[in-house]
Amino acid sequence: MLSRVAERIYWSARYLERVENTARLVGVYDNLLFDLPRDTNISWFNLIKINSCIDTFSDRYKVQTEHNVVKFLLADDTNPSSMLSSLKQAKENIRTTRDVLPQDTWELINELDLYARNHIRQGINRTDRHKFLNSIIQRCQEINGLFEGAMSRDASWQFMTLGRNLERADMTTRILDAGVSIMLQPNQGTRINLSQVVWGNVLRSLSGYMNYRRSVRTAIVSKKVARFLLEDEYFPRTIHFCINELESATKKLPRSKRVLKEIKALKKLHYSLANGNPLDEQFRDYLNQLQINISDLHSALMTNWFAFNMGDHQEETPSLKKVEQKEYPFACQA
Amino acid sequence: MIWDNYQSEQHYDELITPTGSARDSATKLVEHIAQMDEKDLDRRRQMAEVTIQEMGISFTVYTEEGNIDRAWPFDIIPRTISAPLWKTTAEGLTQRLKALNMFIDDLYHEQKIIKDGIIPEHIIKESKNFRPECVGVNPAHGVWAHICGTDLVRDADGQFYVLEDNLRVPSGVSYMLENRAITKRVLPEMFEKENILPLDDYPEQLFDMLLSLSPRQIEEPEIVVLTPGIFNSAYFEHAFLAQQMGVELVEGSDLFVDDDDCVYMKTISGPERVDVIYRRIDDLFLDPEVFDKDSVLGVPGMMRAWKAGNVALANAPGAGVADDKVIYAYVPQIIEYYLNEAPILPNVETFLCEDPEQRAYVLDNLDKLVVKPANESGGYGMLIGPHSTKKEQATFAALIQENPRNYIAQPTLSLSTAPTLISSNIMEPRHLDLRPFILQGKNTYVTTGGLTRVAMKKGSLVVNSSQGGGSKDTWIVDTEDK
Repeated sequence: MLSRVAERIYWSARYLERVENTARLVGVYDNLLFDLPRDTNISWFNLIKINSCIDTFSDRYKVQTEHNVVKFLLADDTNPSSMLSSLKQAKENIRTTRDVLPQDTWELINELDLYARNHIRQGINRTDRHKFLNSIIQRCQEINGLFEGAMSRDASWQFMTLGRNLERADMTTRILDAGVSIMLQPNQGTRINLSQVVWGNVLRSLSGYMNYRRSVRTAIVSKKVARFLLEDEYFPRTIHFCINELESATKKLPRSKRVLKEIKALKKLHYSLANGNPLDEQFRDYLNQLQINISDLHSALMTNWFAFNMGDHQEETPSLKKVEQKEYPFACQA
Repeated sequence: MIWDNYQSEQHYDELITPTGSARDSATKLVEHIAQMDEKDLDRRRQMAEVTIQEMGISFTVYTEEGNIDRAWPFDIIPRTISAPLWKTTAEGLTQRLKALNMFIDDLYHEQKIIKDGIIPEHIIKESKNFRPECVGVNPAHGVWAHICGTDLVRDADGQFYVLEDNLRVPSGVSYMLENRAITKRVLPEMFEKENILPLDDYPEQLFDMLLSLSPRQIEEPEIVVLTPGIFNSAYFEHAFLAQQMGVELVEGSDLFVDDDDCVYMKTISGPERVDVIYRRIDDLFLDPEVFDKDSVLGVPGMMRAWKAGNVALANAPGAGVADDKVIYAYVPQIIEYYLNEAPILPNVETFLCEDPEQRAYVLDNLDKLVVKPANESGGYGMLIGPHSTKKEQATFAALIQENPRNYIAQPTLSLSTAPTLISSNIMEPRHLDLRPFILQGKNTYVTTGGLTRVAMKKGSLVVNSSQGGGSKDTWIVDTEDK
């Protein structure tokens, strides 16, 4: 399989997943605000922080209002990770890999793109936001359903699995972080059980509420939710599950040693939630470390399968033919 | 009935004789259509449209607002040719390509044809498509133009004439195949009633031809189709052919040439050596080391690899020299010179503007002639005398005088017509041509028929899809074999 085609499929899956996850993320906050009393100190700007885009946001907006934050996350074309930007990227990558993807993919992504662009106002204003976000999530799932039912489990499928699960794992760490950071904000005088509302919504945003209930069988407790989202073996959005998916996809691809090494490193990261450790800044550091390792894994697979740099690889491999069969070191494109 | 008012006047009609009866190859087709009512015809027309959309058959048109993907314009009434006539025509096409390949090989080696005074040296020297970089190279089987699309037209006398040879990167063959696929759905009964020769072995034949060029004698040589990318007007065809042959569709950035002067493809398993490249990009973009330095479509070092004999390029760089419309005028002599045979297919009478006498004739008769630049394709930069204004004629007169070598002129042919469904109850004659595709590697092959292109506008002679042309399925009908 051509490296270029593999890369485009990987990015198609990542961007498509990002579209869905961005919709989910905005959805958590939207729901939270329905349930919380007015005096709760929850800022929409948290969403910018956990997505690590404070600088890009400040270049564009002076005021950290709900309207600006939601606009930045959903619609802004100066934000390369906004929902519409991601959708555009997903569409471009699918456009150029039409011959390896199921026939209807192109039509469905076009419909999704048209819908999102024509109705984006509904996403920015609060009245119809829920309906809009739900519709986006549904359409993304429709496309993933098509892949599931119509793609051969060949290399292109493995690259799609890599893109989807890497993006998913990353977003799960960010949604967890969103929950923790809300709980760490001073909220004296709150009259309700804030923790239950926040963590309930974190779970719902990942479609994991019922799964948590069935699997954990206790009330919604912050640490148990965190543990569920990190360690549950069966729910498809947990870190544990995503890493397993990444690992088995990688094992089915050629020359995978280097990438498997990164996956091993990612697997090793563990944070003990068993004892009295609270979900504090230290836990947030751990989430941050997870994100760094995920990003390292991304670089490793880029370098391993997609990037070719003529100038460098010749130095490393004086005789091309000898190494052709074995591990072949590629240098990253600058 | 739909045929009642059909008349093609002074042109040769492919389906209907001047007295209004069907030609032999079209008898059953004409009968079949006569039995359909307006509703039935309309239903079939719609079926064709839906099929085209479903199959995603499109081509790209460049406009100022950007590139638009358009559905392929298709007329459901096929054009028929009798099998014996096609047999002779195919022989003529093979003969022509064989001679042209010998000519190209000679030009890049001893240039005997110039030494023997058949072709003046300056014509080659001034040809835009002669590539000095190719001198002395020996492509497999001595063949340079492996895939040729030759445009044939029929004049009022019904005779096939060669209008031009496309030896660089001829396109259209995927549409020929798709036209047949559509017609099988739209007129399925006809394939039982009539003996229509199949044409779908083209991808197989193309694959075998490319295989015969491989420099490495190995079990499974690596063959690729090289496309300029999604924004090229023929991208659909590139993807189609790659898919049909089961080979990779690559862009320039997917390939590299290593120190060993071999071409490699960048895959997830590491570099894989490429043996044969069916390239769909022009010579000048092939290799920035040798040609256009700013080209990002090509592969640096490609020419090095080709010259070293480590990779086959189809068509070979430099093959376009025989595509020049001035050279075209000499093809009958070229056939006689190399093959010692009389040409089977005649050329259209051609006036070379570089010859003072012929130029004077052309300038005096601009309102009657078709003037073409020697090195353009796609029907661009042409003057169609009878359809032109005085002002356009004056512009061309100036162009010709400025650069006579770059222009040729031909009499305006009375192109043949075929019945075309204009609306569900109107059948009218429209002008058409035919582009068969000829392959030459170790063996030769001619498509069964070819791509019939139709000028959809009434009276128009321009059949190019970029300029409002459409197309029809082409049937080679065996009426002997019952």
